[in-house]
Amino acid sequence: MNSLTPPQMAERLAQDIPDATYVNLGIGMPVMVANYVPEGREVIYHSENGILGVGPTPAPGTEDPDLINAAKQYVTLIKGGCYFDTADSFAMMRGGHLDIAVLGGFQVSRTGDLANWATNNEKYPPAVGGAMDLSVGAKAVYVLMRHTTKDGEPKILDTCTYPLTGTGVVKRIYTDLAVIEVIDEGLRVVELFEGNSFEDVQAVTGTRLLPPS
Amino acid sequence: MIDKRVASMTEAVAGVKPGDAVMIGGFGSSGIPFELIEALRLHGADDLTIISNNAGVAEEGIAALLRDRLVSKVVCSYPRSQGSIWFERLFEEDAIELELIPQGTFAERMRAAGAGLGGFFTPTGFGTKMADGKETREIDGHGYVLEYPLRAEFALVKAHKGDRWGNLGYNSAGRNFNPVMAMAADITVAEVEHIVELGELDPEAVATPGVFVDRVVAQEGILK
Repeated sequence: MNSLTPPQMAERLAQDIPDATYVNLGIGMPVMVANYVPEGREVIYHSENGILGVGPTPAPGTEDPDLINAAKQYVTLIKGGCYFDTADSFAMMRGGHLDIAVLGGFQVSRTGDLANWATNNEKYPPAVGGAMDLSVGAKAVYVLMRHTTKDGEPKILDTCTYPLTGTGVVKRIYTDLAVIEVIDEGLRVVELFEGNSFEDVQAVTGTRLLPPS
Repeated sequence: MIDKRVASMTEAVAGVKPGDAVMIGGFGSSGIPFELIEALRLHGADDLTIISNNAGVAEEGIAALLRDRLVSKVVCSYPRSQGSIWFERLFEEDAIELELIPQGTFAERMRAAGAGLGGFFTPTGFGTKMADGKETREIDGHGYVLEYPLRAEFALVKAHKGDRWGNLGYNSAGRNFNPVMAMAADITVAEVEHIVELGELDPEAVATPGVFVDRVVAQEGILK
């Protein structure tokens, strides 16, 4: 099957972010989305550590050691951007002020449940960060993740087997194989990346998908 | 005369006792009081509860406190990062207790402590394992979890500039947790890159008013 690279996945997701929106980018692949604002759109990226207006990666030698994103990578501030403390940052998140949150995922269920903070391995430390606050607070949650685990196990399932981050919160799933939306009837494939058939994608998914309409 | 300046990092961490809870500002490598953490390590009080968003990477900062076995509990939102070897080792050995808190709840619990509140109801974590054993309530049709204030004996924060009254200004995203932690501890100690004269900080740019700060110390360059 044709599998997009992480930068291609981020670029694909960025195409679906409308003009004039406030968007939080989570740790992992989501932070890459900041590098791909489509021409002609003004999108304000929020970072949980207290930034509105996250810009692209700085040129080597121009990094500000304090100016990092949620994944602890150096970023820049766009014109009009600003800084604030963590309590205000999470007021924006929890308080419904952000339009979209892009999060990574371990698992997503048929009904849009998200699991992305803990596994069932007690020796593997859990880490939640801002994922739960965004799950309840952002107007829409998009998940950007590989379609399967490194071992080829499905990550899109009937029911999550890992502890939940949020219940029924995911609106869209962007994987390396397809774009899927969560609707009342279940999970509908809205786009198959070039060369992938619906049957191929269904075969690596742990729940029944609805074909593109 | 108010003068919160202290002469050295050693003096800045004086009074931390074994068993104390210590808040440490910063997010990743940004806005972390690295020199105060090193002074705390040399100070040597053990059985500490460290309250900080992350649990340190490599041999730096909080990781060095963990390595020297000075910490019995970590309260944080994201302990696992690339290079968080000491936290992971102690966690696997069962040699450290972890209290994991969603990041917004974590910040708000400290803000509540600093603001004199008895707690608050948050939608974050409702219906998840994070709400196990906690009081919940339905308000306007939505589920909320009761969370209590989070305090500490000490807060170690990092700012860009500070004056002798303890007013602090930060550098870009280095602000993060520092202002809420400064509010929530019995004794707040600020490590600053520059101590400036009173009046030199733009009043609009004072992100932590001096009322929240007890000690101000200039970086000594001990880690360079």
